[in-house]
This record gives sequence, C-alpha cells and structure tokens, in this order.
Amino acid sequence: MIELVSGILILLGALLILVSAIGIIRMPDLFTRMSATTKASTLGIGLVLIGTSFFWGDLGIIVRSIAIIIFLFLTAPVAAHIIGKAAYFDKVPIWDKTHIDELKGKYDEESHELK
Amino acid sequence: MSFIELSIQIAIGLIGFSLIIIFYRILAGPSTEDRIVALDLLTSNAIAFIAVYSLQTGSIKFLDVGIIFALISFLGTVAFSFYLERRTRK
Repeated sequence: MIELVSGILILLGALLILVSAIGIIRMPDLFTRMSATTKASTLGIGLVLIGTSFFWGDLGIIVRSIAIIIFLFLTAPVAAHIIGKAAYFDKVPIWDKTHIDELKGKYDEESHELK
Repeated sequence: MSFIELSIQIAIGLIGFSLIIIFYRILAGPSTEDRIVALDLLTSNAIAFIAVYSLQTGSIKFLDVGIIFALISFLGTVAFSFYLERRTRK
C-alpha cells in the first residue's frame, strides 16, 4: 500500500516536471516561460519529495523533505519576482500577442522607482 | 518488477529527459534572463532527480545534497538578477 501511494506520487511529480520542461521550451517569451516553470516544477518537486518520504517512513528523511519543500515554496516566488523585475528593466522583448502591460509608464526609467 | 521499481525507472527517464530539454534552453536562450530561469529550473529538477536516485540506490545520504542545492539555486538566481538590474540602472 505504501509502495503504491509513493509510486503514484513520484510518477505524478515526474510528469509535472516534464510539463514544466516542455513549458520552458515551447512558450513564446520569458514571462510566459516563467509562469510555466515556477508553478509546475515547484509542485512536481514537492510531490516527488513527499513520495520519497512516504517510501522511507523515516523521521530524518521526512524532516529533510519538509525543509526542502518549505524552502522551495518560500524562495521560488521571490526568485521569479526578482528575475521578472530585472528582465523588465533590461527590455527583454514581450510576446507580440501580449496586449496588457500594466507597468508601462509607471516606472522611472533611470532610477527604477515607482512614479 | 514491482510497481515502485517500475515507477522509479519511469520517473528517472522523465526527469532526465526534462533535464536535457532545459539544458537546450540554457544553450539557446535568447537573453541572459532566459538562461538564468533555465539554470534555476535545472537546479530545482536536480533536487527531484536526487530524491528519486536515493530511492533507486537505497542510500539516504543524497538528500542532504538537495538542501544545499536549494540554497545555492536561490542565492545564484538572486545574485545574477541583482547585478542585471544594477547594470540597467543609472
């Protein structure tokens, strides 16, 4: 029973990781790529680690897995926000079918502060 | 072959294939930011690979490497983006 549950969790996590990899190669520009990778890969890694700790059932492994999961869930949005900010100021091209750019004209080009 | 062994083999195949795809994005990414995003994703997927690999070999020592990988990935991303943003600021 434990093996069945952990096998299913590991397979689901690996599928989500594959989805995030396909997302990073198929999406048209940087910002859509980031939206594909941060969500899917974080959830996939969480599922794989939960499956691993289910399989071992050892307290040390469970604590390590929870530490990695909490750290990833805390840092992935922060890292994505910082990369997105740097990319926006570095004038990375936006996909030509993106219609809404709410930040346009609201930032100071020189000092990068909100007007 | 039991179900858990089969699923470990399939998971190793899927994660390894996605590592290859992400490495292509690191090589081909048009901008530096694309490469940083791909590097971040590569490091996070390496953590999952380490977890599955620890199941396959039956050794639990590899999971400590995963914690260090998570730290290094976050610090590297923040450092790269900080200097990219500083470069465009006047």
